Amino acid sequence: MYVYDNYDQAMVDARVEEFRDQARRRLEGKLSEDQFKPLRLMNGLYLQLHAYMLRVAIPYGTLNSRQMSALGDIADRYDRGYGHFTTRQNIQYNWIKLEDAADILADLSKVEMHAIQTSGNCIRNISSDHFAGAAHDELVDPRPYAELMRQWSSFHPEFTYLPRKFKICVIASEKDRAAMRLHDIGIQIVRSGEGELGARFFVGGGMGRTPMIAPMIRDFVPLDQLITYAEACLRVYNRHGRRDNKYKARIKILVHELGKEEYTRQVEAEFVHLLEQGIEPPREELARIARYFAPPTFEDGPKQIDRSDPDFALWVDRNTHRHRHDSYVSAVISLKPVGGIPGDATGDQMRQMARLAKQYSFDELRIMHTQNVVLPHVRIADLHALWTELEAAGLGAPNLDTIEDIIACPGLDYCSLANARSIPLAQRLAERFAANGKTGKLGELKLKISGCINACGHHHAGHIGILGVDKKGVENYQLSLGGSEAEDVSLAKITGPGFDEDGVIEAVDTVTDLYLAQRKEGERFVDTYRRIGMEPFKEALYGA
Amino acid sequence: MEPDWGTSPDAVQFRFRDDEMVDHGTVTVDACCDQTNATAVRIEPGDDARHLLPYLDRLSLIEVNFPAFTDGRGYSSARILREAGYLGELRAVGDIGVDQLSHMRRCGFDAFAPDKPLDEQDARRAFATWDNVYQHGVDTIGKRRSTISEKRHEV
Repeated sequence: MYVYDNYDQAMVDARVEEFRDQARRRLEGKLSEDQFKPLRLMNGLYLQLHAYMLRVAIPYGTLNSRQMSALGDIADRYDRGYGHFTTRQNIQYNWIKLEDAADILADLSKVEMHAIQTSGNCIRNISSDHFAGAAHDELVDPRPYAELMRQWSSFHPEFTYLPRKFKICVIASEKDRAAMRLHDIGIQIVRSGEGELGARFFVGGGMGRTPMIAPMIRDFVPLDQLITYAEACLRVYNRHGRRDNKYKARIKILVHELGKEEYTRQVEAEFVHLLEQGIEPPREELARIARYFAPPTFEDGPKQIDRSDPDFALWVDRNTHRHRHDSYVSAVISLKPVGGIPGDATGDQMRQMARLAKQYSFDELRIMHTQNVVLPHVRIADLHALWTELEAAGLGAPNLDTIEDIIACPGLDYCSLANARSIPLAQRLAERFAANGKTGKLGELKLKISGCINACGHHHAGHIGILGVDKKGVENYQLSLGGSEAEDVSLAKITGPGFDEDGVIEAVDTVTDLYLAQRKEGERFVDTYRRIGMEPFKEALYGA
Repeated sequence: MEPDWGTSPDAVQFRFRDDEMVDHGTVTVDACCDQTNATAVRIEPGDDARHLLPYLDRLSLIEVNFPAFTDGRGYSSARILREAGYLGELRAVGDIGVDQLSHMRRCGFDAFAPDKPLDEQDARRAFATWDNVYQHGVDTIGKRRSTISEKRHEV
């Protein structure tokens, strides 16, 4: 994986010092809170309901054992012994003191990590496929392109005060494991008919109050023009994105209001201009970065998994993913133990995962947007030993992509924007389905919960989505069906009137029962929904 | 070069130019396009800086107003003007804080008139925030300064 050189380290160190100075000026009263807020946000520091929250960037979700271990230490030293992995492959700490923030950033810098641009109206951490470099079906490893974009977008002088936040995702397979088309810019690395690699650009996707699927605006940008094209997309947005209304300020609204054709026309004109300016990094830079992502030396070994232990076999079926080398698999550590808080891990668990990565996965870990952790390169020969250790650490839940693998935002337990609690609902749903034995029967079923309309829990993209709203002071939950964040991307539709907490749990039970009764061979929940439509579900929920 | 620290007679607090400062009033972008003799113009956030491109030769001062520092349109205006070859004074005016100075400088501003004077020490530090830079800006296009990725591959 990527290793900082002196330049990278100096940039992060300069930022830590800059933030220390900003915090000093805030304390001396030279900066008002209004002036300080955008600055602290660009260093990942939020003010939540009870305390400051610090969001730490995990670029494209990749980290090594030393970094994971440091994250665990920070949880113990500065927080309450745990951290929360997010849907953008980052980690956030919910109980931070302002006076510790600069010290935490300095600790992070020692392991080549930072909180730069994890918040604020700037280009955020670049996300990517959590199986990058390991998946059997990828064209190339997308992370070198993501790293090139990380450097370009860090401290960008022109794009630090955008109309709104800006999220970029890079993938390199037909299968979309990163919700690519629900980003402000989604990039798919593709090969042209002539065999050249290039970037396909999708612009203007997003969730939030106005969910939109990004349309493709360019099917092929040559790799030596990738940064220039992205800069053109951003410049048109920075100049013309709406600033009169925060809720209409994302690029998806600009693309929608201008129309895809007009937005594309403006980008292409800016692109021609910027090509003349010569702003692309030297071509050798991409090659330099790519060398850091050279695959480890995989060795032939056993290819068959001994399935005689049924518990182990279940975990293998649910939590492993086919690897590019047939003697290896990628193993997913579920952070969704039944009854637990989705995406939370304790400091001890982080250090355990770090140790296991070192022992079993070439020192590498990945964070998934579904708030789980991947050991990308595990020898099939080691798989049972790994699982045994995970089980002992309480990290062996066999529930990836099942109804227990719920994405949930922090909700009203932490977040000042939330209308309703998300975490307790996720816990009760997982407990219900684990207890009634339906989890296995339902197969792949992506359930996502947001505690408010801002949709941090991706409810628009859930096969089943739940949105918490405030109804005259009472928490109320709207149910929606038929969303997907994958290559079959779609937006979920609301079933009808909302439910209270008990009611929405019953409602999920009802729609899943209908699916089990109606499904055809091989159909997932979302496939059956797409075939039979909303009406039968409405009838089951609300009566004829 | 070292800026002219706070010695100017009006609200310009920092200036990175040797030439005589234009001290007469500016006109709006619309007025500038209609008049043939205006030499100083002020760009507001919603103005299209490209409307000025035919008149750059006769302009010696372009002010870019930042009514709120969180509105970043002026950064693009500045770059567009410099990329089109404008060599006159490019002055940032309005709600400008210490923490915006380094990025503004990189986008081509060479004079700063904050509506509240900034602490000189803090500003000096801010202008020197970045020894190196990742991406191209007005300071790197045309090779006055190399980006990090260029330095990595210089022989």
